[in-house]
Amino acid sequence: MRIRVHHATSYDYQFPAEGVVQALRMKPSDHEGQRVVHWRLDVDVDGLLRERRDAFGNWLHIFSADQPVTSLTLRVTGEVEVRDTAGVVRGAIERFPPGVFLRVTDLTTPDATLRDWAAETEPGETLARLHALMGRLHDDMSFDTAATNVATPAPEAFAHRRGVCQDYAHIFIAAARTLGIPARYVSGHLARPETDAQDAAHAWAEAWAEDLGWVAFDAANGVCANESYLRVATGLDYLDAAPMRGARRGGGAERLSVAVHARDAGFQRQD
Amino acid sequence: MLSRTAADLFWTGRYLERADFICRLVDATARLASLPSTYGGDPTAWAGALAAVGVADAFAASGAEMSEANVAPFLTIDPANPSSIRNCLERARGNARAVRTALTLEAWENLNGAWHEVERFSGPNLSRARAGELVETVRRAVLAFDGSAHRTMLRDDAYWFLQLGAAMERADNTARLLDVKYHLLLPRDEPVGGSLDYFQWATILRTVSALTAYRWVYRDTVKPWLVADLLIFNTQMPRSLASCYDELVELLDHLGRGSGRRGPATRTASAVQHGLRNTNIEAVFASGLHEFIGRFIADNNKLGSAVAEQFLF
Amino acid sequence: MADSFDEMNGWAGSGPRAAYGDVRRWLDETPPEILQTRRAQAELLFRRTGITFSVYGDADGAERLIPFDLVPRVLTGTEWARLERGLIQRVEALNALSADLYNGQEILRAGVIPPELVSLNPQYQLAVAGHVPPKGVFVHIAGIDLVRTGPDDFYVLEDNARTPSGVSYMLENREMMLRLFPDLLQRSQVAPVETYPDLLLETLRSVAPERHDGDAGIVVLTPGPHNSAFYEHSFLADKMGVELVEGADLFVRDDRVFMRTTEGPRRVDVIYRRIDDAYLDPLFFRPDSTLGVPGLLTAYLAGNVAIANAIGTGVADDKAMYSYMPEVIRFYSGQEAILPNVPTWRCREAEHLAYVLDHLPELVVKEVDGSGGYGMLVGPHSTKAQIEIFAQKLRAGPERFIAQPTLALSTCPTLCDSGIEPRHVDLRPFVLTGARGVKVVPGGLTRVALTPGSLVVNSSQGGGTKDTWVTG
Repeated sequence: MRIRVHHATSYDYQFPAEGVVQALRMKPSDHEGQRVVHWRLDVDVDGLLRERRDAFGNWLHIFSADQPVTSLTLRVTGEVEVRDTAGVVRGAIERFPPGVFLRVTDLTTPDATLRDWAAETEPGETLARLHALMGRLHDDMSFDTAATNVATPAPEAFAHRRGVCQDYAHIFIAAARTLGIPARYVSGHLARPETDAQDAAHAWAEAWAEDLGWVAFDAANGVCANESYLRVATGLDYLDAAPMRGARRGGGAERLSVAVHARDAGFQRQD
Repeated sequence: MLSRTAADLFWTGRYLERADFICRLVDATARLASLPSTYGGDPTAWAGALAAVGVADAFAASGAEMSEANVAPFLTIDPANPSSIRNCLERARGNARAVRTALTLEAWENLNGAWHEVERFSGPNLSRARAGELVETVRRAVLAFDGSAHRTMLRDDAYWFLQLGAAMERADNTARLLDVKYHLLLPRDEPVGGSLDYFQWATILRTVSALTAYRWVYRDTVKPWLVADLLIFNTQMPRSLASCYDELVELLDHLGRGSGRRGPATRTASAVQHGLRNTNIEAVFASGLHEFIGRFIADNNKLGSAVAEQFLF
Repeated sequence: MADSFDEMNGWAGSGPRAAYGDVRRWLDETPPEILQTRRAQAELLFRRTGITFSVYGDADGAERLIPFDLVPRVLTGTEWARLERGLIQRVEALNALSADLYNGQEILRAGVIPPELVSLNPQYQLAVAGHVPPKGVFVHIAGIDLVRTGPDDFYVLEDNARTPSGVSYMLENREMMLRLFPDLLQRSQVAPVETYPDLLLETLRSVAPERHDGDAGIVVLTPGPHNSAFYEHSFLADKMGVELVEGADLFVRDDRVFMRTTEGPRRVDVIYRRIDDAYLDPLFFRPDSTLGVPGLLTAYLAGNVAIANAIGTGVADDKAMYSYMPEVIRFYSGQEAILPNVPTWRCREAEHLAYVLDHLPELVVKEVDGSGGYGMLVGPHSTKAQIEIFAQKLRAGPERFIAQPTLALSTCPTLCDSGIEPRHVDLRPFVLTGARGVKVVPGGLTRVALTPGSLVVNSSQGGGTKDTWVTG
């Protein structure tokens, strides 16, 4: 599938914000299952935009504004060729051995409840266990955009059994790690047929199965990633792979609006 | 110099100056309010004091009744009043502490010591005597700080920023006092010396410690337009608007000398100084004292922003 | 306590040690009431200087004044020479280890250290993997905690390779002694420590990235006046004559770091930071940090700024890594450690575990990632039942524990209310590593447990400090 992405993020500040800096992980990299056809990132205020790879090998753009700004819009357009690899991710940049992804982070520290729940996963082959884990998580949780926020740790979302794709991914990662399986967070896009803009990108998880390597699991949808999944950035948790992390001085209150279109370019050619 | 250090010193100077002003204001207001009404005793004196500090709204919001028993603690020790003497001193000390090494040990110890003394005054029922003690303590502390800064600090940017804050605050305080009391200073046909307003004028002069100075300067009985002249134009009187701006221009010149840089603060201060030199009290009365004071306060605020802009606070 | 080695009197019955000749004579000649007067005088002087100490702390700063004992702790030049060689060797190893772990990981491939000690250690900062800091130095300032159990028996108790503190007390204590007992110091030929700020400045300057427009901009980065060590931060900045900055005073532009000054932005090349890694840059580490500088990491990775100590040195000084330090020293230098570790049994290893289980009543068992004395068993002070319960925990998760013998720390004469009495001491020398090698100021900070018999020297638990002399 050829996935076309339009993505606009706008910040509005109450007062002019000084020293606005954004760390952006919005540009996907190639791997065996995906090839970037074109990709463009634009910012509507003057400043410096620098591109580099981060610690995990993700593309990272650092934008720093020249002057104080009252609003800032980031616009991404791109097209990526994706094929179905049954979730297996090969040929991506790997900077660390899988063992690193057993680390516990603030957002993925399990509590006793989550640990016990993970331990109930039937013993067996790693891949089978991961599928079982995904299935159980998909069944036990309800998708709810109001229950959590970007800073909610896995056990808290799990206690409510409610959350968004980020929470599903964190819980899946935390649980897999307690079973001794390396797991990591992926941010990206899921191509959807509907034409309405989404107000957020997508997120899922990858886990390490000895024979296959990294395999992508989307517990929120209960499937392994397929040709509708465009992988952008990865890391230990949301904070490593977040599309945007910003800082500023002053500026008062901030209003953020995000509009994401990710769809099959063959499906809708008119835009 | 680090901009934050400069800003902290500037605010140390400002808060100390404000604390000193409120001390004198409380003192003079208490005196005025205690006079029998037949001698000009003014039941609204405390309301005027609140207005002069710019905290009338904050006091109203507290819901307390307008009385000395409520206003005096509000102005002196109330932690809820951002401009209480206690808070001013706390902020002055907080700012100074963050840049401790920019001050001399002597200057710092005076300020720190004063803060620890003021900390001991607390509680809602501050007796009149205790309030008097507090005011006296802070006045002495500010004098001691100024003296130690004057005697021990290098004449470098640290010193100039400290003085810059103090001079700006001093100008603001005098202007606010005039703004609240301007109606008492308008020329009227009243028998000289027979006015009940005499005590109001005396209060104004006391608040800027200039009752004695007035007589030395004018060798006359207290007349309202001369009070206005003293507070606005007299360059011998350190709290007059003209004196404050002479000092501000000089301080900004000192600060620019090292780098040779000129900026919006330098320009704004010269413009205001120029304006004050090219007019006199008669012209001010003719065009409206109230409007004049209003414009000055706005200009002084503009200078505040210009200083922040020029020195990257 | 009876079987502790005393720094002045040696083993019980062995007679006084030569190193303390001058100090002993001074203690003998000075009538007790004069000593007490001197002590009161010292306290008064310190209280006055103490205004300086307390003002930096919060309102309760006065309580946080660390007690100062006026009987110095003395090391001979010979003793110190060996310590110095050992400290230099150890800190060189800490630097080599950090450099290797972030670039190449040969020590892991050689199987000297289990890889999970690194990969799972949150102090191993993935964000700087592959980065070589300016001039290759990682641990610019180290504080190595030493204990002594006999005339020639010094052990390393702990490595501090992040932001070791206490050096301001080392310097202030000496100033106090010089003021109180100038004759005694002169008689004893005490090596000076006052060069530390200069050495520190020199160390920091030596690691500045090359650039050709102007002098290196050096700053001390503090979390601010509310930090308990703010006094030390401002003290060091003042003594070095460099700016003391907070995160908000710095900004990053085009991968370069600047500070905001009244005359415009000024370039910063070296940051002596007294802030933990996690707070340095909200864009890459803790997003809620208000203490750091957004974008600092990218300037660092671009090689445009040196950060002392380098980001990620915490991996080299944690408790689990500590137990491997003798092997680490051997791996990088081919030599045996001059200063031994306190013998440590790693319960993750079956043989060690068996030994530990057999000897619990005489051992101290610590959790690898525990701190502040939690999850710890002190064998000699525990009941049979407590030991049995702990043994079960140990069998259930041996990899989480290490064990060490209970050490008889040396004592040093200390002036107490009742006169001169022995009290247990340790020693933290400060080791500086710059582009031109490793330097140690003779001595360090001696901490003393003021409670009789106590082995706890921490200031939070009634510990005090002494001046430390290297003589002759």
